[in-house]
Amino acid sequence: MGRSHAGRNCGDYGEVMGMENPSEPPGTALTPDEWRGKEIFFRNFHTKFTYSWDTGVAIGHFLEALKGGKIVGRSCSGCNRVLVPPRMFCELCFRPTDDWIDVLDTGVVNTFSISYVNNDASRREQPLFVAVINIDGASPGMGFLHLLGEVDAGQIHVGMKVRAKWKPAHERTGAITDISYFKPSEGL
Amino acid sequence: MRKVAVIGAGMTKFRHRMLETGRELSFEASRAALDSARMDIKNVDSVVLGSAPDAFDGLHMKGEYLLDGAGGSGKPYTRVYVGGGTGVFIPAAAWWHVASGVSDVVLAVGEEKMSPLQPHPQYAFWSIFDQFLERPLGVTLLWIFSLEMRRYMSVYGIKEEDIALVAVKNKGNAMDHPSAQLPMRITVDDVMKSEPICTPVKRLDVSPTSDGAAALVLASEDVARKYTDDPVWITGVGWNVDTTFWTNRDLCYPEYVEKAAMMAYKMAGISNPGKEIDFAEVYDPFDYKELHHMEGLQLAKRGEAPKMTREGVTQRDGDLPINPSGGLLGVGNPIAAAGVMKVAELFWQLRGEAGRRQVKKPVHRGLAQAWGDLMQVGTVVIMER
Amino acid sequence: MNNKAGIEQYLYASFGPELKFGRWLMVSKAFTDKLVGNIGALLLDDKVAIVGIGYSGFSPATPSQSYKELIFDAASRAYAECSVNPRKDVESFVCCEEDLWEGTSITDEYAPDQLGAAQRNICTVSQDGLNGVATAYMHIKSGVASIAVVESHSKLSNVLSQSQVREFALEPYYERPILSDGIPVAAMQMRRFMHDYKVTEEDIAQVVSKNKKNGLFNQRSSYAADVSVEQAMRSPFVWNPLRRIQMAPPADGCVVAVLASAEKARSMTEQPVWIKGIGWNSASTSAESAISSDALYAKEAAKMAYKIAGVNSPKSYFDFAEVDDTYAFKELQHAEALGIADMDVSKGNMPAVAPVPINMSGGSLSLGDLVEATGLVRLLEAVQRLRNAERKRSKGSKRALVQSWRGIPSSSGAVAVLGVE
Repeated sequence: MGRSHAGRNCGDYGEVMGMENPSEPPGTALTPDEWRGKEIFFRNFHTKFTYSWDTGVAIGHFLEALKGGKIVGRSCSGCNRVLVPPRMFCELCFRPTDDWIDVLDTGVVNTFSISYVNNDASRREQPLFVAVINIDGASPGMGFLHLLGEVDAGQIHVGMKVRAKWKPAHERTGAITDISYFKPSEGL
Repeated sequence: MRKVAVIGAGMTKFRHRMLETGRELSFEASRAALDSARMDIKNVDSVVLGSAPDAFDGLHMKGEYLLDGAGGSGKPYTRVYVGGGTGVFIPAAAWWHVASGVSDVVLAVGEEKMSPLQPHPQYAFWSIFDQFLERPLGVTLLWIFSLEMRRYMSVYGIKEEDIALVAVKNKGNAMDHPSAQLPMRITVDDVMKSEPICTPVKRLDVSPTSDGAAALVLASEDVARKYTDDPVWITGVGWNVDTTFWTNRDLCYPEYVEKAAMMAYKMAGISNPGKEIDFAEVYDPFDYKELHHMEGLQLAKRGEAPKMTREGVTQRDGDLPINPSGGLLGVGNPIAAAGVMKVAELFWQLRGEAGRRQVKKPVHRGLAQAWGDLMQVGTVVIMER
Repeated sequence: MNNKAGIEQYLYASFGPELKFGRWLMVSKAFTDKLVGNIGALLLDDKVAIVGIGYSGFSPATPSQSYKELIFDAASRAYAECSVNPRKDVESFVCCEEDLWEGTSITDEYAPDQLGAAQRNICTVSQDGLNGVATAYMHIKSGVASIAVVESHSKLSNVLSQSQVREFALEPYYERPILSDGIPVAAMQMRRFMHDYKVTEEDIAQVVSKNKKNGLFNQRSSYAADVSVEQAMRSPFVWNPLRRIQMAPPADGCVVAVLASAEKARSMTEQPVWIKGIGWNSASTSAESAISSDALYAKEAAKMAYKIAGVNSPKSYFDFAEVDDTYAFKELQHAEALGIADMDVSKGNMPAVAPVPINMSGGSLSLGDLVEATGLVRLLEAVQRLRNAERKRSKGSKRALVQSWRGIPSSSGAVAVLGVE
């Protein structure tokens, strides 16, 4: 099999490398039929990895607060920011952060998307509304990723004011999904 | 700091699914690069390899598995990793092997075999997100791109049609690339009417998942001059990684790309990149990314890259050709290999060997850039002849 | 002393072909000292030093902290040692980690913040921490950085599927269908090594006993114990001939090292530890080629490091060594590859007591397996021993050998030559 590449030395000017088919780079593409059929061998391997990640201090406290129906951040007196999601160290100042701060469960849509696919690239039956939400009470631009609900696709806009829709207290487990989604605040 | 040259480049086809294993793809690209440098593996002092998540190939310590194919066996061998930025970072890593005096000849290999992961390679990207805050929401990589694209459009008032022009240009340019996976003549209308995936991202805004490999041979000045009369020099490298907390940043502008570029510009003695860079291979896994990155690289003012694109400046016959190769949108996106392909394109363009892809104006200095992680990494290589 | 040897070579070299001059060139001591001072400064400018090192964890589990918080603690200590502000002074950060040990793909995304590296030059090397040191060394040598930081950590306690992860590292087509874990590869290597070098069960038990006991003097060791040779030989087989006690158990921890150019190093610390040489190498990975009686990667990596450092006879050059002992037999195999063991196959075995003391820290058998951080653990132990000896003005510990291996099924390793002179 001839080896070539996209450059002239052994591309257009294949004689340099003495190639029979100068325009053909190495590699054998498979057609969907070859791939789905039994013309080539496969070895299938299934595995499952289990992890039990330590949440640590910052995220552990954040999740605990969510279970209690609150969103918390950490303050840094070095740069005077309120950090959400919280961390025990400030990445800009490289110093330990100082205090826990209760922030609000309202915010503003920083940006959004309407997703028609699942995370395995399959199509969704119902589109999902996702957004980065800047949280009120945190420093400007501080927010996290979440979903939007109780809203029509056409109504969502950058700058839209939203409020957390909490799961009932007995269903909350100390997870980001203790907030079902964010919905437009009243009076919009 | 020693001078460092690129003296050979090679790549495989980029395709959705390839018969060859990752090792075999690495081998084919490495052999093509060594052939073009007229070298044998015994001339190589050390090897640098890059490849993105281990989950694609279904292999832990993927670098170890691939090393035989990349010619690393029995040599000092290093796998570098900065997510999607890896491809352009591989030659930067090979550069410091030579510049530091540790090696005279380095083989730089980028490999990606995304197809083994079922049901779809995209699934690997779920596990790149924060395990506490993001994975429970069922997040996909497409979300964050679409969130970033929306932010970019919203802050600068950019239209989807203007962004689509990038896909039209790059897929068209790829018609002339023998390795290309998705060469196409399409129109803005085709892009606009293609199936929505995560709005505003539509099918034709996105590069494909791919299998493939690409490689370069780097050498010190004295070795380079022995093997070629026409070395191409790496005169600047740069890299930068921003905070992990991507939801705490304004996604409208890639500061990390600016910082990576500034490091490379300083090294190359460039003060006015818009004038001094003749052409660029800018990272384009999505069409808006090319525009976003041109701005981060200071090749366009903030929010003005769409205008330059509309005016034809970035076409092969324009004043500042961008992605004459066809980019990731056209040639394909086997992640680490795609970045190496971009640097290989600089090599071929600067030597005037790009055939039908050769840009119209004479070129002396080119820039390649890649991006990665959670919209977080910038990697830059500047080459001159 | 070694500096002076290096300087003499330099002097001769600078006289070009008239090397024979050197033989009868007699100079006063004062003159040499002055020359050594002047040229020494010039030569040393090219050198790289470890100026700070910090750690956290070193425990079978660290449930109270996330990996980010562990890293922040280790980094804070390393920076404090040499008064470095990572946000301003550090020009390169290198992290060594693997996706599957973290449970996160593209895990380098999570590297910057806790090191103070956000929006700075940071990259990941998917290898052992000592490979990261090699990368930082090249960053300094190439002029990209004058101060560089290397980080690696282990949160193995969070990985409940350690066996599956090791299985995932095996060749997928013809190895994985047969083996379901990497451990048997180690057992087969061990068998081949014992066979070819006529090493006995007792020799290997001696390594276990020595390292477990050495660990009793090290506060960082989670698995130290007063284990006799006889006790070590009664440990149950995991995969014959590999016994449970011969395997380093998993541990959590983080090590952060600060490297600097000679120019910077002198103003940052009174106790720079010089990296006199560094080398790394990989042999073929597949299990069948990994089953070799010799650790070729260690041999080649040592050759590279010794060449840079000007080490001709390692047995007399080094005062002590920190060598990978993830499996007890590996200490012997590595010592042989590094040229620091007195091996005589004709005598029928290989003594566990080498001319160069090995793993006085207790090794991984006492400290635990910290996966990719293991090389930095070896480095930490060596740096602390060199510094302590200097502080006590003891003459015994001035030059150290540090070696790492990436574990099954890799054949990749790195070597560093350290010195305080």
